[in-house]
Amino acid sequence: MNPVNYLYLAALLFTIGATGVLVRRNAIVLFMCVELMLNASNLALVTFSRLHGNLDGQIIAFFTMVVAAAEVVVGLAIIVSVFRTRHSASVDDSNLMKL
Amino acid sequence: MDTLIPVLVAVPLAGAAVLLLGGRRLDGFGHWLGVLASTASFAVGLVLFFHMLGRPVASRAEHITLFTWVPVGGFQAPVGFQLDQLSIVFVLLITGVGSLIHLYSVGYMAHDERRRRFFGYLNLFLAAMLLLVLADNYLLLYVGWEGVGLASYLLIGFWQHKPSAATAAKKAFLVNRVGDMGLSIAIMLMFSTYGSFTFAQVFPNAGGASKATLTGIGLMLLLAACGKSAQVPLQSWLGDAMEGPTPVSALIHAATMVTAGVYLITRSSAIFNLAPTAQLATVCVGAVTLIFGAIVGCAKDDIKKALAGSTMSQIGYMIMAAGLGPIGYVFAIMHLVTHGFFKAGLFLGAGSVMHGMNDEVDMRKYGGLRKYMPLTFVTFGLGYLAIIGFPFLSGYFSKDKIIEAAFAKGGTEGWILGCAALVGAGITAFYMTRVMLMTFFGEKRWVPDAEGHEPHPHEGPKTMGIPMVVLAFGSVFAGGLFAINSCFVNWLTPVTGHEEGNSPIGSLTLSLITLVIIAAGAVVAWLMYGRKPVPAVPPLGSLITRAARRDLLQDDFNHVVLVGGGEHLTRFLVYLDAKGFDGTVNGIAALVGGISGRARKLQNGYVRSYALSMFGGALVLVATTLLMRSM
Repeated sequence: MNPVNYLYLAALLFTIGATGVLVRRNAIVLFMCVELMLNASNLALVTFSRLHGNLDGQIIAFFTMVVAAAEVVVGLAIIVSVFRTRHSASVDDSNLMKL
Repeated sequence: MDTLIPVLVAVPLAGAAVLLLGGRRLDGFGHWLGVLASTASFAVGLVLFFHMLGRPVASRAEHITLFTWVPVGGFQAPVGFQLDQLSIVFVLLITGVGSLIHLYSVGYMAHDERRRRFFGYLNLFLAAMLLLVLADNYLLLYVGWEGVGLASYLLIGFWQHKPSAATAAKKAFLVNRVGDMGLSIAIMLMFSTYGSFTFAQVFPNAGGASKATLTGIGLMLLLAACGKSAQVPLQSWLGDAMEGPTPVSALIHAATMVTAGVYLITRSSAIFNLAPTAQLATVCVGAVTLIFGAIVGCAKDDIKKALAGSTMSQIGYMIMAAGLGPIGYVFAIMHLVTHGFFKAGLFLGAGSVMHGMNDEVDMRKYGGLRKYMPLTFVTFGLGYLAIIGFPFLSGYFSKDKIIEAAFAKGGTEGWILGCAALVGAGITAFYMTRVMLMTFFGEKRWVPDAEGHEPHPHEGPKTMGIPMVVLAFGSVFAGGLFAINSCFVNWLTPVTGHEEGNSPIGSLTLSLITLVIIAAGAVVAWLMYGRKPVPAVPPLGSLITRAARRDLLQDDFNHVVLVGGGEHLTRFLVYLDAKGFDGTVNGIAALVGGISGRARKLQNGYVRSYALSMFGGALVLVATTLLMRSM
């Protein structure tokens, strides 16, 4: 199978994720879309690694996964604590710092 | 003797200081203190005069420097006095006529509770005027000049409770400021040209300056003279100045103030002789004013304002004579002195009439007063005969000489000036006869005053009578005395210089022509005001009469051209400031504010809009990279 198709898939997934980030308000969905974008870029990295025949891309993909895992932990904790105090998971409601 | 010169100024100045600072404890005798100060100054003047008379012509001028007023490096402003033949004439006129007016005021102001202050101001007026004529440099002269302006302001506005008097005082002061600007510019020009402003250094070196500078100095001095002497175009204050008490009018018109301009031009003869353009301007101003004032004098029903028009006209004669150069200077001064006598006499007479008629000034409400006020009638009548130039009275000798000098100017100019002077003499005869007839002849047209008191015309106290008699003697004999052996001319010649003019018309013929014109003026006045009863309500009159009643529209002219012009200029400047400068500054501020207001909208607090701009930015970066690669 032509590896370029993976790149198309990665682009598609990234676009879906980006669109989700732009149009949705629920913090959880937003978070999932961010994860989707991260995974799309991971897929692209792995594909490039395959295309160029070296392992650099795969190594970076591992790094990305680790950082994403850490980010999920912190991000979910924030979302949960915001939900506890404000009874809402909508990102638009968190506007305490707005003038 | 030269140490006596400062005393002339110091005595009235001390009188003013004592009277003004002394407070109410001087109220009882303060007025006599004022008279004493003035008379003492006159006595000192007489002593100096006789002393001067006893010396040979070449060493008559005396000089004394008291101290240096402003010593700054190379700049020295000395306080020095110079008493020469010209100054002593003025000193005697100022202190002599001034003393008589002081004496008159004792009676005239008897019922005024601020009489002490009045005498303080009168003394200040004399002191300032004496300083003006005795100064040996232009800067000190300027001090006296401003002092005269201040004293006239205080005296014209003496009855300050009347808004009209307060306004008249302000007007006189402001109009005079315009003239003062001229004098200060002239002094600055002199200083920058000659490096000095003392008479002793300016006059001998006058020829060293360029023609343009001399003309400039001459014109600025003329402007100054116009302000103080109420000449066109700065004449508008004189009529309103009648708001002051009558002795003040007499003082301003006869001895002080308006004579300052004639003095300034005559004193600066060395400069004017070298600046023909300035001389031409001077004769034009004089000729225009002598006709202007005479026309105004014809239409006024207020006795004092009619006399004010007359003063303007007579000073016009003097300024014209002074502008004629060496053929005219001495006659300008001679007319000034004779005018001092008869105009002071006329004003004091008018004051006496007002005193007897409950302060009524409208001549249409006088009439038939000769039976009730015989002394005033006789003294006023002699002043009247003198001013119109009745043969062998004062005015005859001085005014005829000026008319002759005007013809002697030569050429078309001489004919125009001479004819203007002749016409002026005719109009003078007309308006003075009119004043005479309306006041002392005809039937009684008296009306009760505002409080219902019927007027009971009566002569004033002796203090008012004596000065009038003395001045009447002066009006009759002064001119004749001056004419004996041309002694007045010979007296002044060393200071002002004198040339005999060659009049195209013989002296005797000219005298006859003048007499005919004067008689014609008087007869016309008799036909209009003597033969027929004078209507109590002024008739509408011709266009020119109505204009003359409004002072030939001088105030309207000033209002439209100067006040209106000034208002338009300031409005334009305000507009320029508000729209131009403020507009630019405010515009820039509004622009910055608008941009930041729009930029602020980007910070809307929605995560997705930040994300969108981030994606947009990334997109632009990728697109640019690709584009750069492909190129």
